[in-house]
Amino acid sequence: MALDFNFTPAQQRFRAEVRAWMQAHVPARALKTLESEEGFAQHREWERTLASGNWGMITWPQQYGGRGASLIDWLIFEEEYYRANAPLRVNQNGIFLLGPTLMEFGTPEQKARFLPRMAAGEEIWAQGWSEPQSGSDLAALRATAVRDGDHYVLKGHKIWSSRAAFADWCFGIFRTEPGSERHKGLSFILVPLRHPGVRVRGIRQIHGEPGFAEIFFEDARVPVANRLGDAGAGWQIAMATAGFERGLMLRSPARFQVAAQKLVQLWRRQAAGADPALGARVAQAWMDAEAYALNTYRTASRLMAGGSIGVEASLNKIFWSELDLELHRTAMSLLGDRAELAAGSPECLDPSWLEGFMFSLAGPIYAGTNEIQRNLIAERLLGLPRA
Amino acid sequence: MDFTFTEEQQLMAGAFRELTADICAPEQLRALYDGRDTQAEARWARLAELGLFGVLAAEGDGGLGLADADFILLAEEAGHAALPEPLVEQAAVALPALGAHAGLPSVKALLPQLASGEARLALAHSRNPLANLPPAPTHWLLCESDAAYLIEAAGVDVIVEPSIDAGRRLGRPVVRASAAPLCRGAVARALGENVLSRAALYVAAQSLGVGARMLAISVAYAKEREQFGKPIGAYQAIKHHLASVAVKLEFARAVVYAAVAHVGRTGARSLAALSHAKLAAADAADLAARMAIQVHGAMGYSWEVDLHFYMKRAWALAGAWGDHSFHSRRLQGLVCEEAFALGPDQTFERTA
Repeated sequence: MALDFNFTPAQQRFRAEVRAWMQAHVPARALKTLESEEGFAQHREWERTLASGNWGMITWPQQYGGRGASLIDWLIFEEEYYRANAPLRVNQNGIFLLGPTLMEFGTPEQKARFLPRMAAGEEIWAQGWSEPQSGSDLAALRATAVRDGDHYVLKGHKIWSSRAAFADWCFGIFRTEPGSERHKGLSFILVPLRHPGVRVRGIRQIHGEPGFAEIFFEDARVPVANRLGDAGAGWQIAMATAGFERGLMLRSPARFQVAAQKLVQLWRRQAAGADPALGARVAQAWMDAEAYALNTYRTASRLMAGGSIGVEASLNKIFWSELDLELHRTAMSLLGDRAELAAGSPECLDPSWLEGFMFSLAGPIYAGTNEIQRNLIAERLLGLPRA
Repeated sequence: MDFTFTEEQQLMAGAFRELTADICAPEQLRALYDGRDTQAEARWARLAELGLFGVLAAEGDGGLGLADADFILLAEEAGHAALPEPLVEQAAVALPALGAHAGLPSVKALLPQLASGEARLALAHSRNPLANLPPAPTHWLLCESDAAYLIEAAGVDVIVEPSIDAGRRLGRPVVRASAAPLCRGAVARALGENVLSRAALYVAAQSLGVGARMLAISVAYAKEREQFGKPIGAYQAIKHHLASVAVKLEFARAVVYAAVAHVGRTGARSLAALSHAKLAAADAADLAARMAIQVHGAMGYSWEVDLHFYMKRAWALAGAWGDHSFHSRRLQGLVCEEAFALGPDQTFERTA
């Protein structure tokens, strides 16, 4: 039935089940930031707790640690997850990006080896895309993997690798065909980070914690069995992963709806002395968070009806990153002279605004800059000529 | 929960697009702009022939008995075509709103005539005092704050007001003191609210359509027009303008389609959802218009290029049936009220 906006009784029961579990299990005190070593360990522990309730990644098949849940159930789960102020998912690179990629391109052995441990929070993943000379121009990458019998020997330098400072594994693309250029001759390889020949060096982020890292590969040997898909197919697989990143999973609407809710509440408390123009920006933030939620349900419905998500993922990425930035800029304006107060200040109303503001500045950059996304939309959705 | 359209709904929209390609081709809109349009009656007849006026009318009134979810894509197409006639006002706003008050005198008898297109309604409202006139209107529906009038056209004096959009013939009705209201008080208010609710939704849908049309025209132009030895669409500055329009339209679409579930409802969330739809669609169409003229350069500022037909429709719709200030203030007032329920589990909530 078209345009049916009612949840089924089963979906309502599912929401109640998630809500009850979250109420019983979400830590009362916020965890330390997952960018710090201590916070990372706390978040790792939380992933294990989630897995104990079988909530690791509910859309996956049961054999891999999931519940075989639908995308609508996934959205309901996320709504309750964010409503409960549950901790951020430290393994998002694994469960949201590599997981779906493995599901599509992995061998049965690879799926059995990696997916259940991912869902259980036992192995935390980082990604290895960018290099010092290849950022937006990813195809310029130089890291190599040279075949030596049943192994690849990895050499090169990855950078801006989120979570890598404390993670267990990384996935990335490496040049496996000597002398190849651009998109050709690349392979998608899974590499343990605590491994001979792999050296990780954290990079402090704008907030001071090592949220991402450089990874140096110095003749690191990994089995050929760690290659995902065919040799030379790395680019296509990486693009699929990037699609998952920008698509439905990485940024659930509930995240922004909860932030918009907090913003409206902040406005309700401070409206009396505030510039009325800020009220319009508050309302806009609420509208945009709702719009993102509605469009996500629309996409989920389309996918469940057999559709696919291609370049539309770029529309999503632009919308959520820009709404998040505007929402937090509005909060900073509303907080006025208290906006600069850092955690620990007795006058600081809520340190998460400042943290969220800084993080929102990264949104238009990571997962492919918004400039690159606009190129993709123009060329692949609108059909404009390539430069 | 299902946010998709059925095949039938998409087919109906496709059939309507074919019709509008025929009756609202740019050369016909140009004739209208140059004051030599002779096709208004013919267009009305074609719309009636396809049964479009009766889509939302009950089967007993000669209609198809379909629901708003079945009309929303049609309204989008009307915007896409910059259709000159007020099909949407009659078929999707006035008719179903009157249908909810079929017990009132003279309403029941009028419904089948509205559904067939035989009657031609001019619709005005205290929030939208200038009616978008059909060719040779037969009736007026006038919703004032505390009374509503349903009057034969002969009983209303009309002050015609020119619109920059030649596809809109605007008229301000002057009701004679002797006119008897159709209803007063609570009933009139309910009718007026229903009309405004429907009009906001369907104007939003038309804005989406006209926005999409301007995007399509601009993309086509950017592929053709060459500067510095290549199509201007190959340059990132142009690409980024048009990609931003695509983003805005896509998300406004979701808001408008979801607002279908709120039409006619008066709960706080429903009013907010309808204002959101109106604002999001008008903003998207506004951005489409601004970027379209920029991409067209001087061509876009000329009378010769078709773009201005659609820009003018977008500007007109932005102010119709509650302008930006009205909907923005209404939404802000509702959402910022302490009692308004917030949070991700509230998205699809609706009360009366």
